[in-house]
This record gives sequence, C-alpha cells and structure tokens, in this order.
Amino acid sequence: MSRWLRLTPMVLLALVVAALVWRLAHPEDTHVPSKMIGKNLAEVRAPAALPGRAGVWVGDPVANPRVINFFASWCVPCITEVPLLQRLKQQGVGVDGIAVRDRPADLAAFLRANGDPYRAIGADPQSSVQMDFGSSGVPETYLVDRSGIVRYQHIGPLEPEDVAIIRDKWQALRK
Amino acid sequence: MIAEAGLAALWLAAALSLLQILLSVGHLRAWFDGDRPIRSVAIVQGALTLIAFAMLVLAFARTDLSVALVAANSHSAKPMMYKLAGTWGNHEGSMLLWVTVLALAGAGLAIGSRRLGRATLIAALGAQGALALGFYAFLLLASNPFARLDPAPLEGRGLNPLLQDPGLAFHPPTLYLGYVGLSVAFSLAVGALITGDVDRALGRAMRPWVLGAWILLTLGITAGSYWAYYELGWGGWWFWDPVENASLMPWLAATALLHSVNVLATRGALRAWTMMLGMIAFSMSMVGTFLVRSGILTSVHSFAVDPSRGTFLLALLGLYVGAAFALFALRTGRLKEGAPFELVSRESGLVANNLLLTVILGTVFVGTLYPLFVEALSGDKLSVGPPYFNAVAGPLALILATLIAVGPLLSWRRERRAVLGKLTIPALIAATVLAISLFAAPQIGLLPRLGLTVAAWLAVASWLPLTRRNPLRTPLSTWGMALAHFGVAVSLAGMASDSAFTREKLAAVRPGETLRVGPWLVKLKDLAPAVGPNWTAIEAELRASRGGGVVVLKPQTRYFTDPPTETNEAAIVTTLSGQLYTVVGKPDAEGRWQLRLWWKPFVTLIWLGGVLIALGGVLALVGRAWRTWRKERPSGGGQSWRRKGYA
Repeated sequence: MSRWLRLTPMVLLALVVAALVWRLAHPEDTHVPSKMIGKNLAEVRAPAALPGRAGVWVGDPVANPRVINFFASWCVPCITEVPLLQRLKQQGVGVDGIAVRDRPADLAAFLRANGDPYRAIGADPQSSVQMDFGSSGVPETYLVDRSGIVRYQHIGPLEPEDVAIIRDKWQALRK
Repeated sequence: MIAEAGLAALWLAAALSLLQILLSVGHLRAWFDGDRPIRSVAIVQGALTLIAFAMLVLAFARTDLSVALVAANSHSAKPMMYKLAGTWGNHEGSMLLWVTVLALAGAGLAIGSRRLGRATLIAALGAQGALALGFYAFLLLASNPFARLDPAPLEGRGLNPLLQDPGLAFHPPTLYLGYVGLSVAFSLAVGALITGDVDRALGRAMRPWVLGAWILLTLGITAGSYWAYYELGWGGWWFWDPVENASLMPWLAATALLHSVNVLATRGALRAWTMMLGMIAFSMSMVGTFLVRSGILTSVHSFAVDPSRGTFLLALLGLYVGAAFALFALRTGRLKEGAPFELVSRESGLVANNLLLTVILGTVFVGTLYPLFVEALSGDKLSVGPPYFNAVAGPLALILATLIAVGPLLSWRRERRAVLGKLTIPALIAATVLAISLFAAPQIGLLPRLGLTVAAWLAVASWLPLTRRNPLRTPLSTWGMALAHFGVAVSLAGMASDSAFTREKLAAVRPGETLRVGPWLVKLKDLAPAVGPNWTAIEAELRASRGGGVVVLKPQTRYFTDPPTETNEAAIVTTLSGQLYTVVGKPDAEGRWQLRLWWKPFVTLIWLGGVLIALGGVLALVGRAWRTWRKERPSGGGQSWRRKGYA
C-alpha cells in the first residue's frame, strides 16, 4: 500500500473535523426572515382587540413610524419582553401590539398581570395579520416607517440589548 | 447519598482507566509485568461504572428531585417503566449508559480473549482505557448526571411524551450496546497495529465482538424504524434523517467488518483493510454520538443542543480517530502480506461485499454531511433528502443483494467448479416474479420492481449453501448465515412492496361516514375522550372491514400535561397480507375530523426481515461459541466426537 493511500483516512478525517468545527462555531440559523421587509403594508388593518382601545392601521401616518409587536396572552416568552417594550415606550418610541389568536378576557388579564406597553392593540383572531407580515410565530417585533413600509424584523423575545438597537432604528426612520 | 455514591464510583472508575493506560504502556515498554493487574483494573472499572449507572437508575426510580437531571426529565406521576427509561432518555443519562457499556466491554475484553497474543491484548486494554478516560472526563467535567439542585423543586418537568413508549425502554440501550460494543474491535485493531500481530488469532478474537455488536445494532435499528413508524404517525419506516443515518453508518461499517473479519480469521488475508474497518466502525459510532449529542444537525431527534458539549465530543472524536488513523498510516507498511487468493474465490466475493457496503456507507456519510460542506464553503443552504439517498443507495443495495446469493457458494482461495449452474432455480423464480409484476402491476416504479425480483432471487438462493450436506453436520454458523441472508431478502421484499403497493387516503369526515383505502372500507363510528396516567386524548373509533368481519381501531390524538405536548397515536391492524395504518387529526369548524389512512401490503416484512437477520447472527454467535468451548476443553466428549468425523 502506498504511503499516500495510508494517509488518505487522516486527510478525510481532517476535512470532516474542519467542517464540524465550522458548524459548531456557526450554529445553524433556524430563523425564517420575513419576505415582507421593504414591502408596503399600509392597507393592513387589525380591529380593536379590547373595548375602549384603538385598533391598528399599519398605514396610519400619525402613528408611524412605530414598533408593531406580535404577542399573545398564551405566549410565555411574551411576558419577558413586556418591561423592555415599556422601556421603549418611556424613550418615546411608539409601540402598538397585535394580539394573535387571543380572547379579550385573557388579553385583559395578561395586561393586568404583566403591564401594558401598547398605545393600540389590534386583534388577529385568524393569524391573517401575522401572515401579511410574513411572521412565523410570537413574539416578533417589526419597525414600520411613515408610509407603512416594513423596515426591520426581530424574531423571538426582545433581549435588553435590543432596546437600544430598535430605538436607534426608529429615530432614523423619524428623520 | 445515592447521587454522591454514583459520582464517587464514576471518579474512581476514571482514575482506574488512567491506571489501565499506564499499566499497558509500562508492560509494552517492558518496565514491569502488567498482565494480571491490568485485567483486574479493567474488570473493577467496569463494575464501578455499572454501580454509578445503577445509582442513577435508583434516583430516577425514587424520583429524587434534588438531583437536577431527575427534576428536569422526570415526574412523580409517570408510570414506573418510563421513570426507569427516563434514566437514558436525556443527554447526561444516555452518556452515562454509553460509558457504562464502554467500561463493561473493556471488562469483557479482559475476561475473554484468552487465545489472543498477550501483548496485543494488553495494548488493546490500554486503548480501551484511553477511550474510557476521555468519556469519563466528558461526563465529569461537562455533563455531570449527578449534579444536585438546592432547593429541590416540588415536581419534575416530565419526559418528552414521544419518548414515553415501550420502544424507548429498549431502543437506546440496544443501540448503545451495539454502538459501543464496536469499541472493542477498535481497541483490538489499535492493539494489533501497535504490536504488529495482525493474524488469524486476532480475527478470531475480534469476531464475536463484531458479531454481538452487529446483532444488537441490527435489532436496535429495526426497533427504531418500527418506533418511528407507529409513534410519529407519518406512516413511513425510514426518513433518511441525520440521526437515523448516524445509526445506519456504524451498522454498514460493522456489516462490512463482520465479513472481512471472517476472511482474516479463516484465511489470514485482508489484514490492513480489516484493521481500517475496525477503526472506522467505532469511529462511525463516535460520529453518530457527536451528531446526536451536539444537536448540530436539524432533526426530529434534536434533544440536546449545547455547543460546549459538542466541542468536547468533537475534540475526543478528533483525538481518538486521528490517533488511530495515524497509527494505521505508520504501521500498515510493516504488516505481513496476507494469504493470496484468486479472482473467483470466497475472498473476492467478500471483497466485493466490502466494496459495495463501503460505497453505500460513503454515500450516506457524504449525503448526511454534504449540506454542511456546501454551507461552509459557499454559504448556500440546502438539504439532502430521500430522493438522493434512495436513488444512490437503492441500486447499490440491489447489486449487493444480488451478489449475496453468489458469494457463499464460492470456495476459499480459488473456485474451480461451475457455480452459476446452482443458481438456475433462483434465476427462474426471479424471472417468474419479474414477469408476474410486469403483467399484474405494470404501473410500479423500476426500483420497487427490481426489489421484488431480487428479493425472490435471494430468498431462494440464500438456502443453497445448506443443500447437499447433512443438515445436522452443517455448522450452526452456516445456518446463521443462510438465515441472515434470507432475512435480507424478506426485508427487501417488504420495502419494495411498501413503496410499490401502498395506498393512502387523507380526508375530513363526519362520524358515520365511510372511506375506502385499498381493499378496506373504514367507517368513522364515533369520537370520545380518553384518559391515561399523564395524558388526555380524543379517541376515534373506526370500524374497518374488507369483506369479512369488522375490526375496531382506536387512533388517538394525545395531549400530555407535563410537559404540554401533543402526539398522534396511530392505530394499526396487522394481517398476514399487510397493515392498515390509521391516524386521527384535528376537527375543522364544521365538525369534520381529519383521517389519514394507509393500506401497506406486506410492510411488516421489513422488520421481520430485520429480526431474521439478527437471529441469523445469534445462530452464528452461538455456533462459534460452542465450537470454541469444545476446542478449549482439554478432554472429554468433544474430542471423541470429533475423532469420529462428525465435526
């Protein structure tokens, strides 16, 4: 057996280990980015989710630019991001919510228990607004510009460091 | 106390594995005689690990929630069987089981293998100790199964409901025994390359380990396939999922090794190649463990995702396999030439078997890792699925199955007789099946049709090695080989029949409505709630008939509470001619329920074939053990029996 043939297994092993090391260093990104980023969703409307509260019209020039947060009372990670949304609100960022597949009574209880960072809350009983945004789950957070174009998507619950990122992007959209 | 005792046993075992390496090195360097102490150390190390594992089982049996692992994976309301099975239904517990099998295999190597050269055995025990030490370090430093929780929670978090199934109680332990049993072949190959004694005695010492591990892997894969078939409710029996591939690859390597080790044991040929296969087989086990435990491949089996553990396991993998391959590169040049053989001979047949199995192994390996290579080099994401695997592995498997019929008929060294004449009857039968399938079922695909044909060919030809000899004087291992090869034909027939003749129906129906699938009429009689120990369910009552009597099926959609999860429990009727497979889904707004029905003719042959293959292995193992025992007895019945010319 020639020397090169004897070394082949080691070469193959090195290649495989290199690929596996690369994968460990770059974990697979399972997020599904929305195809709607850059699209105009001004026509999308969600009726008020609670009596006495406003609904959400994505094209509303007065409310834009703003954060639109998809959440639900049945969603546990959504609880953790309420204080972060409140921090955004305190910094002057407009935050509206879309309650996905929710019931008014459950929703009211959720807001009572965890706090209410939203100006307006739209109802999305059949996930149709979620579909319009190309969102694949809750929670997800979007930035919409003045004309109703989706500019940014955050998948999953917000982390503390995301607050500044979203605020800066929102301020850029305001100019 | 129980957890601490387990942890202490594990630390002691780790220390002993280090001692085992030192004893081995010292003996081989001729510093001292390490022969007796190293055996004792290996045996005590195995016993200590077994104690550690028993302590963890005990903690699960008592639902000791102060142990973090129990709290995270068990629940006091769980039935006892699943409490016990929960021991290995999680990352840490399954790694402890892995290491336990590794240490017990080392102990077994120390107890058995009396006829192997002493230096090779001691080198192999050193290699086994080195393997064990790395995995002890992994457990103790990165995955401690005995870590405590303070304060202890009031209730555990439960076990993934998909895993609450009798299949789970046996599937992982069986696979692990097989996976890790191959470690002995690895260590023996390393030991023999160190001493340079790659000979027939090594082949004979390696053979029972490979055979035993291969039997268990065969059973484990068969059981896993059936588990996925009825528990996932998707109606398929193999999905080419990365984790399934991870279990298939060691099996393919072990199957090749099983055949080449016979050449080494009988003829002393294929030396370097058998050593390579011995290393590859267990390397594939480690690759499989890494893929499953690091969670880097997206799969239904992704239980644990933890990059630091993945790094640790990858380092161990690179270290062990790299060292073994380096040893191979350095030492194979010095191996003696094996016994020569001619082109038409049993050896050539086994080389063909090995080549085909290795190519199939390479195909599966490349297919499993190809998406990773592409993404690393170009950033493109893609997935490799059944169309690739079926198109590439399918024809190769058919060629292999065709050749299985021929190989066992050939003589060792050179074949002078006309062998093809013996195959007339199988060829005629295969031609008949092909003709019937063309006439009766012209619409089926090429691969399933060839599958049916080859299955018929092999089903008959596999028994040919037993003809023209006295069945009582034929060695048990020859019976085993014939049975295992027949099992391949049976399994192949089931696969081909499933893909050629399966009928599927998906519909939304109201209670009282009837569906037709294949020869069956299935009526949705009623729906009712059902309750189990830790779940509630909607249970459909189906009345199925095909002419004669009525069979009642009760598929369920189960809702587990701890943790909240939903599973589909398929209901299956098994008849001689196949299985009716039913799944109930969700209701729609108008009160209709999703029903999914399959009629799968002869699908059960797939697993029956798997069991027959394993049974053939058992016969061979028993036959060989019996012969060895006969030979090793200094005097007695065996000798006179042989003198009369019966053996």
